Amino acid sequence: MSVLIYTELADGQYKKSSIEAINYGSKVAAQLGISSIVLAIGAASEADLAKAGNFGSTKVLHAADANLVAENIMAYSKVLIETAKSQNASVVVSAKSALADAVMARAAGALQAGLVGNVVELPDTTSGFKVKRSIFSGKAFAFTNITSDVKFLAIKKNVLALEEGTASAPVEKISVDTANLTESSKVTETIKATGTLSLPEADLVVSGGRGMKGPEHWQPLLDLAEALGAATACSKPVSDLDWRPHHEHVGQTGVKVSPNLYIACGISGAIQHLAGVNSSKVIVVINKDPEAPFFKAADYGIVGDVFDVLPKLTAAVKAM
Amino acid sequence: MHTLFRISKVTILIQTFMKILVCISSVPDTTSKISFEENDTKFNKTGIQYIIGPYDDYALARAVELKETHAATVTVLNVGLADSEPQIRKALAIGADDAVRIDAEPTDSFFVANEIANYAKDKSFDLILMGRETTDYNSGVVHGMVGEMLGMPSFSPVMELNIDGTAVKLSKEIEGGKEKLETSLPCVMGCQEPIAEWKIPNMRGIMGARTKPLQVIAPSTGSLTAIEKYELPPAKGACKMISAEDAGSLIALLQTEAKVL
Repeated sequence: MSVLIYTELADGQYKKSSIEAINYGSKVAAQLGISSIVLAIGAASEADLAKAGNFGSTKVLHAADANLVAENIMAYSKVLIETAKSQNASVVVSAKSALADAVMARAAGALQAGLVGNVVELPDTTSGFKVKRSIFSGKAFAFTNITSDVKFLAIKKNVLALEEGTASAPVEKISVDTANLTESSKVTETIKATGTLSLPEADLVVSGGRGMKGPEHWQPLLDLAEALGAATACSKPVSDLDWRPHHEHVGQTGVKVSPNLYIACGISGAIQHLAGVNSSKVIVVINKDPEAPFFKAADYGIVGDVFDVLPKLTAAVKAM
Repeated sequence: MHTLFRISKVTILIQTFMKILVCISSVPDTTSKISFEENDTKFNKTGIQYIIGPYDDYALARAVELKETHAATVTVLNVGLADSEPQIRKALAIGADDAVRIDAEPTDSFFVANEIANYAKDKSFDLILMGRETTDYNSGVVHGMVGEMLGMPSFSPVMELNIDGTAVKLSKEIEGGKEKLETSLPCVMGCQEPIAEWKIPNMRGIMGARTKPLQVIAPSTGSLTAIEKYELPPAKGACKMISAEDAGSLIALLQTEAKVL
């Protein structure tokens, strides 16, 4: 029996959210007295993959066949299904992401496994297998008992403190036949912003709304984000108006983030926007309207003109 | 694809119909105040306005658009109790041809996917669309599970979808951008904006929806998870205000008080 952790790589390194999944999965394994095994798909060095040991895993299985270099839902899920079977996995853990959701879904479907998403705490395994998860886009929690033999958990970002040790995990190459699966869909073009931080992965986020008055006025916000090392985001009206790209849209129908710090600039705080940011640890709101509803959901607020306030914040960060 | 032969005296017309299944959820309106009853073991439905899941609404809108440009039929499916029928009728008013309701509370992703797959398996749908996730439980996995159960490829979150014959062109969101893909029917997709604009039913659609068929089927499987208790997040403390003149002092507070920098 084992806990199998499905991880994702970016530029040959575990994504931060995947490190969180390894940390979480290893704690579940310790709780159940079974081994913690990591599955990594794609190109990466053995030394980098072995770092899973720092966060409690005892073995890394690396699938790196040539056709797995590009992300593919059908092929990746086949690898996960076969690995879960060969490792006799009773729990499969991943961090939530668009790709991981799709891959975990297919694998859970194949393995007849109950799947619970947006998990926010370690499971209670004293009687049954109960997990606490966020529901209604962060407006409530549900304690859910998983009754199937194999249990799938997708964890929310930033839910557990990382515990880093110095152990290294042995890396084993695996090969699963997925050739016919990568043929069923083919990527014709990838359009990806370069040199910007990944929004779902970011610990710090600076976000702009219609109060920024137009795409040509974004510079002060970008300056603050750069000084902080933060990812940039926006409200739905801003992405609808094409002021910023759609993948920056945070809210009910966009990306849902849970960073340590979310700074909202010129966003009124419609309930649809709050649904995407209410799991943030600390929320700062800057708005010239003191009646903006976002202040009710904020930890810190500044009533003022964003174009006056943003440069002051950037200067203060640079002086840190 | 179903092929229909119409034979007349002079011509043989071969028309190909695309069969689309759109799965919709019935969820509380986004602005709803969430509360629980019976010692926090049950969602309190009192005063809650239910709507078609916002993401499912995009999927439905795209399916109806495809019907306008292709020869297609749209069946709408909901796993839900009788109180979701107003949302099913709305989907029919928007342009779906017929509807199916699996008569059960949609408590679990695997259960919902299994019910959809069991219904769809012998009906040769070419395209199965739904939202990327429901806005109540947010797991975002039913489309993938259905794809796996039916042996079809699945894609999510899909932002553009075009079909030419059995060739499918789509674009889906990836972290930091998007990816364009080519695949073929049949397949399953979890949809999100801007795949289509939400549609508002017109009077003719609303009148017509009353007589469109709505079949109710008993569920054939069971759930693999059970919610035992609900909880609301702790109330947010007061917002600490900082004057605009002294905006820079916020950074020190974030460092020393909030400890996030």
